[in-house]
Order: sequence, then structure tokens, then C-alpha cells
Amino acid sequence: MAAPRSFLWSRRIFLTLLTGFVLLPVYVMVSSSLKPLEDVSGTFQWIPSDLTVRPYFDIWETVPLADYFMNSLIVAGAATVCSVTIAVFAAYAVSRYSFRGKRVFTVTVLSTQMFPGILFLLPLFLIYVNIGNATGIALFGSRGGLILTYLTFSLPFSIWMLIGYFDSVPRDLDEAAKVDGCGPLGALFRVVVPAAVPGIVAVAVYAFMTAWGEVLFASVMTNETTRTLAVGLQGYSTQNDVYWNQIMAASLVVSLPVVAGFLLLQRYLVTGLTAGAVK
Amino acid sequence: MTLTAASGTGERTARKNSPGAAPRTRRSGRLRRIGLPYLLLLPALLLELLVHLVPMAIGIVVSFKELTQFHIRDWGTAPWTGLDNYSLAVDFNAPVGEALLKSFLTTCLFTLFSVGLCWLLGVAAAVFLQEGFRGRGFLRTIFLVPYALPVYAAVITWAFMFQRDNGLINHVLHDQLGLTDTPPFWLIGENSFITLLVVSVWKGWPFAFLIIMAGLQNIPREIYEAAALDGAGIWQQILRVTLPSLRPVNQVLVLVLFLWTFNDFNTPFVLFGKAAPEAADLISLHIYQSSFQTWNFGTGSAMSVLLLLFLLVVTGAYLLLTSRGRKATDA
Repeated sequence: MAAPRSFLWSRRIFLTLLTGFVLLPVYVMVSSSLKPLEDVSGTFQWIPSDLTVRPYFDIWETVPLADYFMNSLIVAGAATVCSVTIAVFAAYAVSRYSFRGKRVFTVTVLSTQMFPGILFLLPLFLIYVNIGNATGIALFGSRGGLILTYLTFSLPFSIWMLIGYFDSVPRDLDEAAKVDGCGPLGALFRVVVPAAVPGIVAVAVYAFMTAWGEVLFASVMTNETTRTLAVGLQGYSTQNDVYWNQIMAASLVVSLPVVAGFLLLQRYLVTGLTAGAVK
Repeated sequence: MTLTAASGTGERTARKNSPGAAPRTRRSGRLRRIGLPYLLLLPALLLELLVHLVPMAIGIVVSFKELTQFHIRDWGTAPWTGLDNYSLAVDFNAPVGEALLKSFLTTCLFTLFSVGLCWLLGVAAAVFLQEGFRGRGFLRTIFLVPYALPVYAAVITWAFMFQRDNGLINHVLHDQLGLTDTPPFWLIGENSFITLLVVSVWKGWPFAFLIIMAGLQNIPREIYEAAALDGAGIWQQILRVTLPSLRPVNQVLVLVLFLWTFNDFNTPFVLFGKAAPEAADLISLHIYQSSFQTWNFGTGSAMSVLLLLFLLVVTGAYLLLTSRGRKATDA
């Protein structure tokens, strides 16, 4: 059936406006990153009169951006690997077995979604300081402490999504694998995990993005050497100057890995959400 | 892992051997069946304990203590104060309680608008992109960009756009359209509420869009065809078929959006810095400010616990209401 004109026009107008709204900051980020400092400090210009790539070289000098990049990469990467691995085992147990306390476990996992991050900030700070005092293991200010902290955000969501995804993998498949002589772990790794790759990728992307973008814990729990990008970008404003062109250039550079990864894998994310969240 | 692998091979060799070994095998098999789920859960349980349950317990304990910077190294020795922190937080006539109440009400209003707008944009975009047309996949990708960008990079760009003297917003409103006599401030004063809302909706609506798109895929085509046969136009199909079918998806989505928006810290923190203007003082940032700027951790913890209780009650009531609604429609 052909759509009526009213629908076509509403669609055209709405989608145009929305695209403008969505892309406006992206345009500002890209165009301002190519302007000299005088231009970004004065009245805004839609079309840069003076194009320069200098900010892209300066960003590495003004602050140790490469170090922050490395810290973010290590922390987000490790948090992702840990949370996905742990979530795979937990979700498999919940999806395939019935056991006492299963409901308590899933409800607890789900309800941690509602806890405000601020609730954990001070207690984790206290725990890390105490562990440090007692054992000499410096969690506070270290990358390890931050990795552990980031599991707070990604683990419940990962478990929750993966349960839904594993449920959508037919049970007959892993039963058949078990008949063929696979143990439960064999069935998990040879059958369930391969069949659930889209869901696992979706969860990994989500976990990486949360860790890469986290601000609160990064700003309280890092020091000079472990600072991540989230905190590092604040270094471009000094008392006298705000290097907006460099801030925009650095924002673009730190966004590229996640945006590229996300857009490449978004197909999986959509499938993953269909199976995991909308059930 | 080693345990299950060993018992696995044990079972296999036992089956090959005499039937006399059968009872032992069955017992170890049952033990494995019961023990295995817990073994698989163990890492998750330990971590949940370490990063969620223990901190929560400590948070509750601290909320009954007078914890300032003097006791932070050894917080167990901080003096007990009973309910003092709580009465300070809810004494709405005193400065601390009054500020908390104001921040709470601001957050409620902000969440209402933000969730509503995110949902509206998400539904509209998903519905308009449902029918095939050229450039649909491209638009879908574009629309996910705000979701993919790291919060600080995106929000800092908005902060730049909202600068009074060199930002894009005032350039358009004041210089180009001439709508204002003097360029307004966006990051301080009353306007900051609008600023926060715009940024929050920009960042948040793609998630609604993603979930609703996923939900749309589960609506069978036949329902639309049946509706079309009955003479329903495309607008009526959206109103009568699409929106009602999305109900279960919407219930989960609205709850998740509510919790995320209500607890949001990153957006106001990057936009305004450690102290948000009063009009945009969201509760998470307010509690952070109360704990880490004034070094009064006990009061901050009491505020966190109160916030958690509020969220528990709202979520519980919401789940109860929506599940009852679902039962009613099923019957």
C-alpha cells in the first residue's frame, strides 16, 4: 500500500530535523578542530576561514594524551574481557540449569541497574584504601582498582543480556553436544558460545563503551600516572586559555576508536538487543 | 573447571567398566549437576559481592557515622551518630535539607522531560524508519552516533556550543536570528536546566530508538496486513497496531531510561564542572558535592541511601503496576 502524502512529508521533515540535531555537535567538533586558536576564541564561524591541522599535532604536547590513551585502552580492554568472560559463565548457569537461589541471583543482578553510581563511590574508595593499608596492594589510584570498579557497571548488564541471548539458542543443540560426549563446558564453548557470538559481541561493545566513557570514578580514583582520557581532556583548559580547537581535536581522536568499532558492530548490537533485552 | 573435567572423564571410564561402579557414578553425577551452576556463578558472585553488596553494606554503615576527612584512613573508628545524618538530610528548613529537596525536585522534573522526549524521538524515528526507503540504513547509522560517542567528548562539545561569547548557539540566536538583546548565559543561571535537557536528550534518545527498533522487528507483518484489509491507513496502523504492540518493550525501556536519567552524573559533571548551577543541580552531582567537596561523607552516604530507597519504591510500584496491567490485558 502506498503511503499517503501526509506520512511522507511528516517523515521527510522529522528525519531532516533529527539528522540536523544529531550531527550538529559532530560538525562543530570537526570544523572547530581545524581552526586556529584565535578563531575558536572569537565569534563562532560556520565555515572556518583559516584551515589548519596544527591542533592535531598540538594535542599530544599540551597534555600527555598518548599516556591517557594507553591507560584508557588498558582499563577498558581489561574490564571488557573480564566482564564478558565472567558473564558468559554466569549467564550459561542461569540459562541452562535450575538451582536454588536462581531467582535471588537474577533479581539482585537486575536491581543493581538501579543503584546510583554515587552510592558506590565512597564505599569503594574506603575499601580500596583499607585494602591498601592492610596488604600494601595499592588499588586506589591504580589501573587494577579502576578495572574492578568498571565491572560494577558492565557486569550486571552483560549477565542480563547474555541470559536472554543464551535462552534464544535452542537447548537441543547443547543437549546433542552432550550426547556426543561433550561435558557441560564443552557444550558451552563448542555450541552455545559460537551460536551466541552476536550477543557476546554486543555485550563486549557495550562494556567497552561504558568503561571508555566513564567519568565519575575516573576522576576520583586515578592519579598522575593512571589518568584516563575522561579526566585527561580537562587538561586543555588552563587558567588563561581554553584551547577549544585542541579540545575538539582530542575529542575527535578519542571518539574515533569507539565510534568506528560501534558502527562496524552495530548490526550485532541490534540483534543482541532483540534477543537479550526485548523478551 | 578442573574438578568437572576430572569427574567427566571418571564417568566415561566408569561406564566402560563393570556395572558395579554405577551407584558411585550416579552420585558424583548428581553432585556435579548441583554443584556446577554454583561453580559457574562463583566468579560473578564474588565480584557482585565485592563491587556491589559489600560497598552497599559499608555505605549503609557509614550513613550512621560521623565520617569526615579525619577518620577516612580508618573509618571504623569514626563515631556513631545514630540517625543524625538522616535528620540533617531531611530537615527541609535547614540549608542542607533544603538544598537536597530542591535538587531532588529538579531531578524529578528533569527526568520527566528527558525520558519523555527521548521516548518520543525514539518512537518517531523507529516508526519512520520501519518502511523501506533509500538511505534508511545510512540514517540508522547516523542516529546511533550520539550513543557511540564517549560522554565526555560529546558533552564537552555541547559545552563549547553553549559558551556565551564564542559558542554556536548564541551566534545563531543572537548574531544571526537576532532573537535576544544580549547573548544569554547557558551554563549558569536558569537557562542551565534547558542546556542540560538538550544535551541529555541528544545523548539518550538513540538508546530508546535502538530498543524500539528491536521491538518493532517482533511485530508480525500479518497484523499490519489484516489492519490494512480492514481499511486502516498508515497513521491508524501506527496508532492501533504499532504502539499497542510496543507496550511490553516500552515498559522495560521507560524503566531503564528513568533509572539512568535519574542517576546520571556524567552529563552535568562534564557540562558544568564539580558544582552545577542551582537550576540544573541533579541529585547525583549534589550528593558528590556534599561528600567530596565538604568532606562530610556520613551525610553524603545518608543521602545516597535515601535516594536508593526512593528508587526502590518507585521501581517496585512501577513493576507492580505494569505487571498487573499486563495480567489484565491477558485475561
